[in-house]
Amino acid sequence: MGSRASSLLREEEIEEIKKETGFSHSQITRLYSRFTSLDKGENGTLGREDFQRIPELAINPLGDRIINAFFPEGEDQVNFRGFMRTLAHFRPIEDNEKNKDPTASEPLNSRINKLLFAFQLYDLDRDDKISRDELLQVLRMMVLRMMVGVNISDEQLGSIADRTIQEADQNGDNSISFNEFIKVLEKVDVEQKMSIRFLH
Amino acid sequence: MPALWRSTFVLVMVLLAISRPSLASQPTGNGTEHTITTLPIVIWKWEGIKFPYLVALWILVSWLCKLVFQLNPGLTRVIPESGLLICIGWVLGGIIYGADKVQTFRLQPFTFFFYLLPQIVLDAGYSMPNKLFFGNLGAILVYAVIGTCWNAATLGLALWGCWLGGAMGNIDTGLLQLLLFGSLIAAVDPVAVIAVFEEVHVNEVLYILVFGESLLNDGVTVVLFNVFDAFVSLGGGQIDAVEIIKGIISFFVVAVGGSLVGVVFALLISLLTRCTKNIQIIEPGFIFVLGYLSYLTAEMLSLSAILSCTFCGVCCQKYINANMDERSVSTVRYTMKVFANGSETIIFVFLGISAIDPSLWVWNTAFILLTLLFIFVFRFIGVFLLTWILNQYRLVPLDFIDQLVMGYGGLRGAVAYGLVLLLDENKFKEKTLMVSTTLIVVYFTVMLQGITMKPLVTWLKVKRAAVTERTLAEKIQNRTFDHMLVAIEDISGQIGDNYMRDKWNNFEERWLYWLLMTPIARKSCDPIFNIFHNLNIKDATSYVNEGERRGSLAFVRNESKADVDFNKKFGDDLSEMRPYIMTENMGPDHVPVSSILRDSVPSVCLDMHEQDLKMRESEDFDAHHLLQQHLYKGRKQHRHKYSRKQLEVNEDEHEVQEIFQRTMRSRLESFKSAKMGVAPPKISKHLKKDQPQKMPNGKSTDNSKSHTYGDEDFEFSEGDSASGCEAAGGSFPMRAYRGAGIVNPAFMAEMDTMDPMPPMQQIPSWLAEAEVDSSTVVPSQRAQLRLPWTPSNLRRLAPLRLSTHSNDSFVLADSPATQEGISELPPPPPPKDGQDQGTHK
Repeated sequence: MGSRASSLLREEEIEEIKKETGFSHSQITRLYSRFTSLDKGENGTLGREDFQRIPELAINPLGDRIINAFFPEGEDQVNFRGFMRTLAHFRPIEDNEKNKDPTASEPLNSRINKLLFAFQLYDLDRDDKISRDELLQVLRMMVLRMMVGVNISDEQLGSIADRTIQEADQNGDNSISFNEFIKVLEKVDVEQKMSIRFLH
Repeated sequence: MPALWRSTFVLVMVLLAISRPSLASQPTGNGTEHTITTLPIVIWKWEGIKFPYLVALWILVSWLCKLVFQLNPGLTRVIPESGLLICIGWVLGGIIYGADKVQTFRLQPFTFFFYLLPQIVLDAGYSMPNKLFFGNLGAILVYAVIGTCWNAATLGLALWGCWLGGAMGNIDTGLLQLLLFGSLIAAVDPVAVIAVFEEVHVNEVLYILVFGESLLNDGVTVVLFNVFDAFVSLGGGQIDAVEIIKGIISFFVVAVGGSLVGVVFALLISLLTRCTKNIQIIEPGFIFVLGYLSYLTAEMLSLSAILSCTFCGVCCQKYINANMDERSVSTVRYTMKVFANGSETIIFVFLGISAIDPSLWVWNTAFILLTLLFIFVFRFIGVFLLTWILNQYRLVPLDFIDQLVMGYGGLRGAVAYGLVLLLDENKFKEKTLMVSTTLIVVYFTVMLQGITMKPLVTWLKVKRAAVTERTLAEKIQNRTFDHMLVAIEDISGQIGDNYMRDKWNNFEERWLYWLLMTPIARKSCDPIFNIFHNLNIKDATSYVNEGERRGSLAFVRNESKADVDFNKKFGDDLSEMRPYIMTENMGPDHVPVSSILRDSVPSVCLDMHEQDLKMRESEDFDAHHLLQQHLYKGRKQHRHKYSRKQLEVNEDEHEVQEIFQRTMRSRLESFKSAKMGVAPPKISKHLKKDQPQKMPNGKSTDNSKSHTYGDEDFEFSEGDSASGCEAAGGSFPMRAYRGAGIVNPAFMAEMDTMDPMPPMQQIPSWLAEAEVDSSTVVPSQRAQLRLPWTPSNLRRLAPLRLSTHSNDSFVLADSPATQEGISELPPPPPPKDGQDQGTHK
């Protein structure tokens, strides 16, 4: 399958993706074969329903949000380039990337981009702020499946959300801006916590 | 330094005191056997008491040594404590030897393995950072199993090579014996490693790798030791391929079997703590006994006892911490530390003492030096090799510096010494040489590597542990990160760590929580909620501290009287309460809240009849009550009752209450400020307050106790109190408090014995009563007492007594956004089942 997939992928395209995302050649071909196997319509793009067909994703509380993150605003199809661009956020930062020349554009898997990705999962209305409601929605998603027979009431969630916003909020607008988001996660090892090891 | 000498002198005196009687006891002992001529008033009974007395004295002496060093912080900064303890062991050993001319006291393997080691292992397992441990389990296992085998094999083979080459002169040994020696000295010792690494705060991954490895490879080394011991007993001639394969199988069976025994015991402990609620006082004891039994059982089945005990601790911690009472948990935690730290101290002191014994020492320069060299070199090679392999699969590769520290952290310790003493002298002609070599290795690694570890870590700029204060935002974000990673793994179609972890979490939530946790504990085991809870407690504490500094915390005590019973039910009701208070938008004052409190605790308002009657009694009851309330408080604080079954806890100071008070107060504040000027929704019902028995629908409360009924009643009470407050103006807090105060002391006794009743019904009557009272009886006295806590006062205090976070909450509370959020909720509580009232609103 891998060989078939790679044959469909033009070499220069691989090079471009490699440059943009930092994935290795073998990773790109592997992910391409994954891409094509997800692509039931075989039109070179994935729609939301293609993602939703992944059974594990259906039970992921944030599944829908993450699927959404693959689609640029206003579109409902994503091609392989876009697919890879999103996945690239989760590529671990390698040693040789740490001290790259600052003139180059920020790589997709930099700390700031990882955080931006996480931030946008909350920020549904894309106003660059996480409001109390937006936070509450995410909390509710994560809590619902948490434990069988154990429910945290909405009020409790609300107070958790309140408190979270209090922690982060610096300018008193009762919402979390991206800068505040960065600040509050300052001590978290985001580089590590938002990385997975992509198979070769 | 002078302190050190002084304390050393004390130790010497203690020691002399020990050895003196042992000489002097002989005649006295004989004397008691003679028929007595007259009644002795006191007799000297040394012989009978000798053994336990010596044990206790030795423990005392060892701990005093530790105390001595802790008095000299400058010293422990340079030399690790373990090294110092060994040094003082030498001194003590020298003194004993000087006095007795023979080394009377030695570390016996049996004592070590059965009385000193288990608690250390159990503690290490119990306080293991679980997520980190299982997250790195693969790497830890590789280091512990393969690394240890590597160390053992290479050391044995290298020594054998040198022996064949004639480097060691004429010693009577062989390949198998050297391999055996290699296996016993291969393991990195948890005691030594923890002692050193706890002082140097390296980053958590490095720490868990070294720590986990040292813990598990002890188990591995014991297994290896047993296998090779059996091989040596068989003799070289009888070992064929079958025996070797059996050896390998036995290795895995013993290691895996031991771990399984530990897991089984962990399940047992968890199940047991589900139902120890009524015997809280020995609850912690179960953990220790079962933990120890897991060790002994594995030993009995000739499985790996250390692994069993480790896994028992690792697996049960989560569930028992959730199941047990908070106090029991801290008891377990502290007792565990006392035992572990205590026996660790004893072990090191005795490692020193044992050395001062000429019969122990056989010097063979080549053997000892070569052993040291090989241990050092092969440890590094092993670490580098294994890390190189592991790094191919690790998300975050271990960098070179981490590897250096890991290699350098290969301290050997008491386990090796205990094992080497177990060697059979008939089979091992060179046992004494091996013992002395082991001691040298232990001293060398603990002292030299221990001392240089800290400078090395600083010099290499090893990534230190980040001191993070866990905030809610971090916790939530970590949760989302987890979900994100799983999703991305799913999308990219690979089965990775996150996938496995997710599967396990699901399984745990579905089955293990159900099986091993009490329903109450299940609720509180949500990590986000926990953090929230902890943060609130912290705020409450700082709030109380701040209040105390200003000398005006009377309100807490007064009000906490009202919540004593609530406190009891705290476990169940905490979660319902908090939202309750928050959503309470009816009353901008205290009255509704205190009534709500009572609602959520059915035990508070048990029999409305009785209470009503009493409430209806005149001022003299009131005065009595007032008096009682105040006297009671004082008495309670100074009450020291001895009971073996129960630990008296001053409920006033229970943090649980503090958090509750604080949350309630801050919420109230916010509502007050938000709602000031807004007319209380039910002011029209004010009139009904005087007739609590009469319900709006015309029924009488006296007989009918239907739930809905109570609810409606309740609503009115809220309206009443709210409106009452409006009317009363600044004085309303008094009423609130006094109302709260009335219920408890008077009825606490009855509450426990009575059946829980729908709690609602009670409130209106007595609230109304309270109001009536406040206008007629003893207002002045109360007013004086409560005066400092008028609302304006509260407000003024608010920012000061809270941490920065909470500070925000006040600001926020005033902002319109919060108000909006809150006012979305329907103002009056919909009539519901009386029992449910507390939970839904």
